[in-house]
Amino acid sequence: MYTHAFFFYFFSFIAIFSALMVITSRSTINSVFFLILDFISVGCLFIMVGAEFLGMILLIVYVGAVAVLFLFVVMMLNVAEQKQSWFMGKKSTHIPIGLLFSVLIFLELLVVVGGWKYKENLMTSSTLNMDKKISNTHEIGSVMYTDYVLYFQISGIILLLSMIGAIILTYRKRENIKRQSYFNQISRERSSAVEIKEVSFDKGVKIDD
Amino acid sequence: MIEVGLGHYLSLGAIIFFLGTLGIFLNRKNVIVILMSIELILLAVNINLISFSIFSGDILGQIFTMLTLTVAAAEAAIGLAIIVVYFRNRGSIRVEDINEMKG
Repeated sequence: MYTHAFFFYFFSFIAIFSALMVITSRSTINSVFFLILDFISVGCLFIMVGAEFLGMILLIVYVGAVAVLFLFVVMMLNVAEQKQSWFMGKKSTHIPIGLLFSVLIFLELLVVVGGWKYKENLMTSSTLNMDKKISNTHEIGSVMYTDYVLYFQISGIILLLSMIGAIILTYRKRENIKRQSYFNQISRERSSAVEIKEVSFDKGVKIDD
Repeated sequence: MIEVGLGHYLSLGAIIFFLGTLGIFLNRKNVIVILMSIELILLAVNINLISFSIFSGDILGQIFTMLTLTVAAAEAAIGLAIIVVYFRNRGSIRVEDINEMKG
C-alpha cells in the first residue's frame, strides 16, 4: 500500500514536471528530452499498475521510435537555435486564451473524476488483481488475436499508409546525379553491348565515346 | 491520500491533458513543440484508458490503448514529414511565419 502510493507519487510528479518542461523549455532539443522522460515515467506507472505489456510497448515504441524521430527531425531542420519562448519576447494574446481553454478542459476532466468517487469497488488499489493465473501479455494476446483481429489488421494498414505517406511527402527527385535504371540494365543484350572489331596491323582501333 | 485509486490516475491524466492543451495554445517557437503537445494529450488519453481498464478488470481498454498508440505513431510520422516538407519549401517552421491561409 505505502510502496504503491510512494511510487505513484514519485512517477507522477516526474511526469507532470517533465510535461511542464516540454511546453516551457527554451530549446526544442530539451523539449524532446523531457518528452522522453515523460514517456519513461508514465511507462513505469503502467508497469506498476499491472499493464506490463503496454508499459513496455510505450517504452519501445515511444522512447525508441517516436521520440528519436522527433529528435532526428529537430536536428535535421536546425531549429534548435530558435530560442524565443512564449514567456519572453513580445506580448501575445495567446497566453490568457490558452490558459482559459486549458483550465476549462482540466476542470471538466476533474468533474468526471469526481463523478467516479462514489463508486467504491472501482476506486481502491485493492481491486488491482495482480496475482492472476495468466500474465498481462497472455491476456492481451488471447483477446487481440481472436475477438479484435480485425482492429489489429486495420491498425497495421494505418501504419502502412502512414509509412507510404511519409515517404511520398518527403521524396524529392534530384537532377544531376547518376542513378541506376533497372529496366535498362535488364533489357541490355549482347548485340548492343559488345562489338567485334577487326584490328589491322599498326593502326589500332578507334574507340568512339 | 495514501490509498491510491482510480481518481489519482485520472487526475494525473487530466493534468497531463491540461498541460498538452496549454502547450498547443502557448507555443510560439515552432510546430514541432505543437506535435509534442499532441503526443502529451494522447499520452493522457492512454493513462485514462489503462487506468479504467485495470480498475474495472476489463482488458478491452488495453486493446484500445494499443490502437491509440498505433494511430499516435502514424500521426507523428505524417506530421513530421509535413514539417520537413514545409521547412524545405519555406525555410522556417516558426508558428508566426505559418500564415499562408490567413487563418
